[in-house]
Amino acid sequence: MTKVVERKPLSALERTYLPTLASGLKVTWKHFKKTVFEGKPATMEYPEERWVVPEGYRGAPYLVKDQEGHTKCVSCQLCEFVCPPKAIKITPPGPDGQVADRTNAEKMPQEFEINMLRCIFCGFCQEVCPEEAIFLQRDYSLTGESREEMIYNKEKLLKLGGVHGGIQKWKHKLEEAKEQEEFPVAKI
Amino acid sequence: MDSIKYLDPTTQFVLFSIVKILIAFVVVMTFVAYAVLVERKVSAWIQDRVGPNRATPFFAQYLPIIGPALVRLGIFQPMADGLKFLLKEDFTPSYVRKVYFWLAPAITVIPALMTIAVIPFGSTLGNPANPMVIADLNVGILYTFGVVSLGVYGIVLAGYASNSKFPFLGGIRATAQMISYEIAMGMSVVAIFMVVGDLNLSRVVAYQEANIFHWMVFKQPLAFVIFLVAAFAETNRLPFDLPESESELVGGYHTEYSSMKFALFFLGEYAAMIAASAMMVTLFFGGWAYPWGGGEAAGLLNGLGHILCFILKMGVLLVVFIWVRWMLPRFRYDQLMALGWSRFIPLALANILVTAIWLAFLSR
Repeated sequence: MTKVVERKPLSALERTYLPTLASGLKVTWKHFKKTVFEGKPATMEYPEERWVVPEGYRGAPYLVKDQEGHTKCVSCQLCEFVCPPKAIKITPPGPDGQVADRTNAEKMPQEFEINMLRCIFCGFCQEVCPEEAIFLQRDYSLTGESREEMIYNKEKLLKLGGVHGGIQKWKHKLEEAKEQEEFPVAKI
Repeated sequence: MDSIKYLDPTTQFVLFSIVKILIAFVVVMTFVAYAVLVERKVSAWIQDRVGPNRATPFFAQYLPIIGPALVRLGIFQPMADGLKFLLKEDFTPSYVRKVYFWLAPAITVIPALMTIAVIPFGSTLGNPANPMVIADLNVGILYTFGVVSLGVYGIVLAGYASNSKFPFLGGIRATAQMISYEIAMGMSVVAIFMVVGDLNLSRVVAYQEANIFHWMVFKQPLAFVIFLVAAFAETNRLPFDLPESESELVGGYHTEYSSMKFALFFLGEYAAMIAASAMMVTLFFGGWAYPWGGGEAAGLLNGLGHILCFILKMGVLLVVFIWVRWMLPRFRYDQLMALGWSRFIPLALANILVTAIWLAFLSR
């Protein structure tokens, strides 16, 4: 439905443009005062001041470690396959390569690379990971001086990702399994 | 310095004129550079931003407290801007009319700078025979209007030479706008010269120098308003920046220009702003005279004080130019024409008539 906005003809005073001039002066002066005298500009001086991202922000994906500081990734390559821009490249350890540094896992990646220039921060890797080993974290401004520098390797990703305290998949699985055993089943 | 006194008057005049021209040129160019900075800073402040505060030359770090403060104020930004314009690629599109394309920027800058020549920017520096004006013409204001009206050719030529639609539209708008407002502007100053009784700008200043109540802005407020608005239109400033209007015509007449040629247009616009402010100070705000009067300078110090006074008054008007840019939206083309032809021209004529009657009444 169209809404017809009535255009009233300007009054004699309005046609002198003086009220507009006065209100324009008022608005500009208000903002000028706020920025210069009160020192409250709306902008942030970017590299020094940074925006604090809210909880759940989807920044750059990094690998995380578990509570004991072990690699959570088991080199299943699901993230590599799901990655829409093909930013992730995983080198599996092979049949007689490195074994995992934690229990409940058979292997861990020999090399894990994310090309941050390709990454679109979509979060598919986080969603698809069965081990909860990769998370989109808070970094939103990644810069480097060369393309090579922007390919983050396993070591760097683990360092940046840190220890993920909130989710302890295998601990919870164990608790769940115990609960199953103790679960009272009605006897018929 | 004594050897100058033994030269014949013509040589002395030429020598002093050259010195005055050089100094005036350098000062105006510095003013243009810093007017751009003030524009950027004030615009930023009005829009809740910080403005340029990063340009740091190598020597800034050796100045203890002033250095960082100057950097925060963006004092070194004009140098970086100038360097940027010099180093940019000067691109000439294949479809332009080459000769006019190269000529247009020059034609825009030169009239704006030439206007400065007749403006008395100070009294004297102690020697009454050497007034602080480059050319003390008896027809000062006629010269100014003649030269200012040349400025429109640069813009029109740029629009024509670019051979593309947006500059062309900008050029068309510039023609109509600038010619219309020149009439109102010319008529508004007629009243001033009726009161003063002379076309020489130095005399206009002399008429106003007694004290602040002799300033023309109080004697001819209507003429001042008309002149101010027309000056905005003549210098293509918002709310009358129709030839440029970056939101609808990309960049208007200078869309196809880059590098130094664009910089010349930019420079021309600000030089025209400075010239218009200087003109307004001379005509309406008592020129170099202090608000409390004082007459012609006796010594060097007083003479420099007068020049400083002139520059301060001009600076205030420049800030007004910049401030108004954020106060009003751009006029529509028909509103612009209506304002010029059916408001200001009749008002200016009425002002002339009333002034004439008043003067006739006084002289009886």
